[in-house]
Amino acid sequence: MFFWSLVLIAVGIFSSFIYGRSRIKLNSKKQGTKSKSLPNYYAQYVLMWCLFPALIVYFSWAIFQEQIIQNIVISNFEYIEGAVYNEGLLLAEIRNVANNLSFADGKSIEIINAAAHYSSLRQISQISFYTSIIIIMLLGALYASQKLKPEFHAQHTIEKYIQYILIFCSSVAIFTTIGIVFSLIFESLRFFAEVSIFEFLFSTEWYPFIPIREGQTAAEGSFGAVPIFAGTFLVMVVAMCVAAPLGLLTAIYLAEYASQRVRKIVKPLLEILAGIPTIVYGFFAFVSVAPFVKAFGQSIGIDASPTSALAAGMVMGVMIIPFISSLSDDVINSVPQSLREASLGIGANKAETIKKVILPAALPGIVGAFLLAISRAIGETMIVVVAAGTAPNLTGNPFENVTTVTVQIVVALIGDQEFDNPRTLSAFALGLVLFVITLFLNIIALQIVKRYRERYE
Amino acid sequence: MSNSKILANGVDVYYGSKQALFGISMDIKEKEVTALIGPSGCGKSTFLRCINRMNDLIEICKVSGSIKVDNEEIISEKTDVVSLRSKIGMVFQKPNPFPKSIFDNVAYGPTIHGLVDSKNELEEIVHSSLKKAGLFDEVKDRLNEPGTSLSGGQQQRLCIARAIAVNPEIILMDEPCSALDPIATAIIEELIDELRLNYTIIIVTHSMQQAARVSQKTCFFHLGELIETGETNKIFTNPDNTKTQDYITGRFG
Repeated sequence: MFFWSLVLIAVGIFSSFIYGRSRIKLNSKKQGTKSKSLPNYYAQYVLMWCLFPALIVYFSWAIFQEQIIQNIVISNFEYIEGAVYNEGLLLAEIRNVANNLSFADGKSIEIINAAAHYSSLRQISQISFYTSIIIIMLLGALYASQKLKPEFHAQHTIEKYIQYILIFCSSVAIFTTIGIVFSLIFESLRFFAEVSIFEFLFSTEWYPFIPIREGQTAAEGSFGAVPIFAGTFLVMVVAMCVAAPLGLLTAIYLAEYASQRVRKIVKPLLEILAGIPTIVYGFFAFVSVAPFVKAFGQSIGIDASPTSALAAGMVMGVMIIPFISSLSDDVINSVPQSLREASLGIGANKAETIKKVILPAALPGIVGAFLLAISRAIGETMIVVVAAGTAPNLTGNPFENVTTVTVQIVVALIGDQEFDNPRTLSAFALGLVLFVITLFLNIIALQIVKRYRERYE
Repeated sequence: MSNSKILANGVDVYYGSKQALFGISMDIKEKEVTALIGPSGCGKSTFLRCINRMNDLIEICKVSGSIKVDNEEIISEKTDVVSLRSKIGMVFQKPNPFPKSIFDNVAYGPTIHGLVDSKNELEEIVHSSLKKAGLFDEVKDRLNEPGTSLSGGQQQRLCIARAIAVNPEIILMDEPCSALDPIATAIIEELIDELRLNYTIIIVTHSMQQAARVSQKTCFFHLGELIETGETNKIFTNPDNTKTQDYITGRFG
């Protein structure tokens, strides 16, 4: 249904464009004056008046139709005295019968009646949907065509409309962010209604299993997030220990030593690293790195578990090398050539110039690159799920299993869980804390990068 | 060749396949100011940058021919570029102090070359260099402030102090006043006149008045060739070549 209506709208805007173009030419010929804007702008004007009202109708139908029909069906349903109905199940049953997904035989007469009612309502809705789209497009075109006079500044109006469209597009992202933040906050509040915020932030026991049914003999759950954040921190530190030196030294090589030819080949190659799906890194970590770490641990007398913070952190470090090297390379490159010349002109060699002039000048930008890489590492999930395990251990030993915030969110949300269970809700609280942390890291990073930019422009 | 400091012979410079300098030969005397003049793109800065091998920084730049500094060939694979550059200071078109304190800017050269053993000695060198550059009295109370906080003219004198702190014998100046106002320019010109007593100075300039005021020798470049070289007085009053005549009288360039 909605596909054919899109075709209808496409035909509508196409013909409105043609109509607008020929109409303005005709009108200006009739009046013997030249139109203020090019004919295409008048055509676009008609097109917009045809398209946007139709789109509004289209989307409001798509959003509200099902809900309204269901409400009507339910309110007209012939309830049998004494029977208990679950509204959701009842609706599903009616819909299935109406869509011929399940056989009508054996269903009660009320359901069959309701299904028939449902189908007929849908038919009515469909017909009125097409009619209203056609009418609204015609009305729009009619309104617009009255303005098609040569003295009308179509271009100005179009530019204003385009500005509205751009504002709308950019506000979509903003409102989505706000919506996500609010849903995080509200769900977290539900979580904190059941679990004290102090327990969550300061207790060291994470055991999110609580009895689902009355009388189930499960231990009392406890929600102390400290081991999770400690695990996140540990993996992040390992990752940065790998990525910071490698990334920075790569950047120095690329920016200061490599010839143009090498640079042109190596930089895109490095950026490919950033394009590898993280799950691929994950099984690389699990299959190749983790056994190696275990063997290494045993050889130096440490009992390493088969999945470890070290394995996950190292691979994650490799993953974020391109973030650091690419950003730092840009920063180092934007240190003015005049500083290099000044230092070399005094007789400093290349290493001295880099150490004493270029890196200090580029430091704020490099710190910014590090912070962005850290927030990327904190948010990373798949590598840790696969390579570090899911056990919430409070440990500083990188050879042990740990778990991170994102992993616990995954764990909390898989499986059949009702959304009124603290275990599921804990995902939102964890997400909220994670969001706050990465938000602050990003703000700090952006501030540093900004200050750095001001200095040299 | 009694007191010839720099002796260039048949210097060709190529940027990729484009030739920028054609067989430049020049004899620069000790403790004199030599001005290189000529229209934009004539190769005077390129020549200046051959003397301290700054052209090495440009990947596609190829230099051939011979330049001798104190009778030592410097256009050679074997040249120790680092010690050459510590002997030849350079001041650039745009003041380019490091984003460090005034003190650290001047102390940079002596420190990396290990010229000093103690903090006192370093302080002495910094102070005396700033004095020689005529900047000390203006900044003595704020040596810890960033060099970039100074005015343009002060920054340029800071760069001169930084250059002379490593005790060079030659100072190359690449249009040192083009980014400065007339007052700052006058101060720098006076400074050049004083520095001449101790250093050999080569200055590239677009201002013919400046060349006439500060230099003893003038070399006129045009389209990558050295057209005429001689006493500044003679070049500006009675040049041999008609191109020089046309340029200094403002008929082209």
